[in-house]
Amino acid sequence: MAIRERLSGNEAVSTAIRQINPDVMPAFPITPSTEIPQYVSSYVADGLIDTEFVAVESEHSAMSATIGASAAGARALTATSSAGLALMWEELHIASSDRVPVVLALVNRALSGPININADHSDGMGARDCGWIQLYSEDNQEAYDNMVMAFRIAEHPDVLLPVMVCQDGFITSHAVQNLLLLEDEKVKNFVGEYEPEDYLLNAKNPMAVGPYAVSSYYMEARRSMAQGMLNAKKVIMDVAKEYENLSGRGYNYFEEYQTKDADYVIVVMGSATGAAKDACDKLRAQGKKVGVLKIRVFRPFPAEELAAALKNVKAIAAMDRAESFSGNGGPMAAELKAALFGARQYPEVLSMVYGLGGRDITVEDMEMIYADLEAGNFDCKELPYRYVNVRE
Amino acid sequence: MKTDISKQGLDVKWQDMTIGASIVHSGGSEQFNTGEWRVDRPIFLVDQCKQCLLCVPVCPDSSIPVVDGKRTDFDYDHCKGCGICAKVCPFGAIEMKKGVK
Repeated sequence: MAIRERLSGNEAVSTAIRQINPDVMPAFPITPSTEIPQYVSSYVADGLIDTEFVAVESEHSAMSATIGASAAGARALTATSSAGLALMWEELHIASSDRVPVVLALVNRALSGPININADHSDGMGARDCGWIQLYSEDNQEAYDNMVMAFRIAEHPDVLLPVMVCQDGFITSHAVQNLLLLEDEKVKNFVGEYEPEDYLLNAKNPMAVGPYAVSSYYMEARRSMAQGMLNAKKVIMDVAKEYENLSGRGYNYFEEYQTKDADYVIVVMGSATGAAKDACDKLRAQGKKVGVLKIRVFRPFPAEELAAALKNVKAIAAMDRAESFSGNGGPMAAELKAALFGARQYPEVLSMVYGLGGRDITVEDMEMIYADLEAGNFDCKELPYRYVNVRE
Repeated sequence: MKTDISKQGLDVKWQDMTIGASIVHSGGSEQFNTGEWRVDRPIFLVDQCKQCLLCVPVCPDSSIPVVDGKRTDFDYDHCKGCGICAKVCPFGAIEMKKGVK
């Protein structure tokens, strides 16, 4: 029987970490992810887990120590937000290129500036090309479920890439929600023991991790990494299937909400999905053919599957909680357009940037977006894309 | 699993590269022929040599083999031709051939 609880997103992720009982967690506090290392260090102090908690002096060191611990043979993870992730930038690439299967709990927060502590995806989107698998969570339940599944994906021999489990700062990380937890024993058995074939602390078979590669080898190493990312598509689904059998909660690359016969679809990631679903419900009650598609797996990007799911759609609002300053719209919108173009599908795609720095997005906003899609109002004024709720 | 360095040469396909380019087992550098990087070649003039062995410890690549207390000819599989040995030799027993691999 599942355990009924009411937890914040940070508590939910920390509970998953307690149940996983990783070997090492180096971390440095930064709002809004601070509670995660705080809770985990309390579990260590209370003797609930035997994780080695390393209080490092920066996020650069946090990720370095996480990589080092993993290379040494330990199951290791860390948590951060915003500028913390930015300071890990160099190490994010080292983690993925060394193929260490570490996990990062990312509580999404705006990057400076102006300095701001609230939710948006500019940190995670900035790290989208670092060779990390990225899972975005709509709510506390998903943040918990994604964290339980993360090590199984990262450590799979066909993958061996790090995983970022993302949730929206404050909106889910600090808001309390009813959710269902698995029993400790079930999580322990699901995640299993980490037994790498080769590791630095194996004195009988010493090894070199992260050697220099001249140009004669670099491209082959990157191609191998790309294969790990491609292989992750199958592994993510296999792990999700197994998790569904255990928990009753099924996961896919994305969630299709009322999209089967929809003409107008909002594509969105993270906590704003709830507002889109509410607006969708209201309009469906009026007989409007509207739907929501929530992307959960952003890396690897499920291009073909997205195109297939959006095959009969007339117009799409592709909503990014990040400004990529490309001058051509948000990062998810760009990839979605590329996916549709690759499938020779040409619906109207309106790129929309919303919710930066924690700016609220409401059900009414979503209703207006649907109304614009239906009316064919794709006017964006000076930009080739649209800012939602900006004063002008 | 022990990495077979001989299969990680310049013609290795991406499918056959080790994951993360890691190398499992120690001493693998001996199997890696770094001598091909050399642009200048040291020549051992055995008649000039007094076997003082000053050249041996200054070699950064351990490329001067010593057998029974006497240095022998260079290990050209690993010597990169840096010329430190020639600089340190008091007897002119090592000659650097410029541009000779």
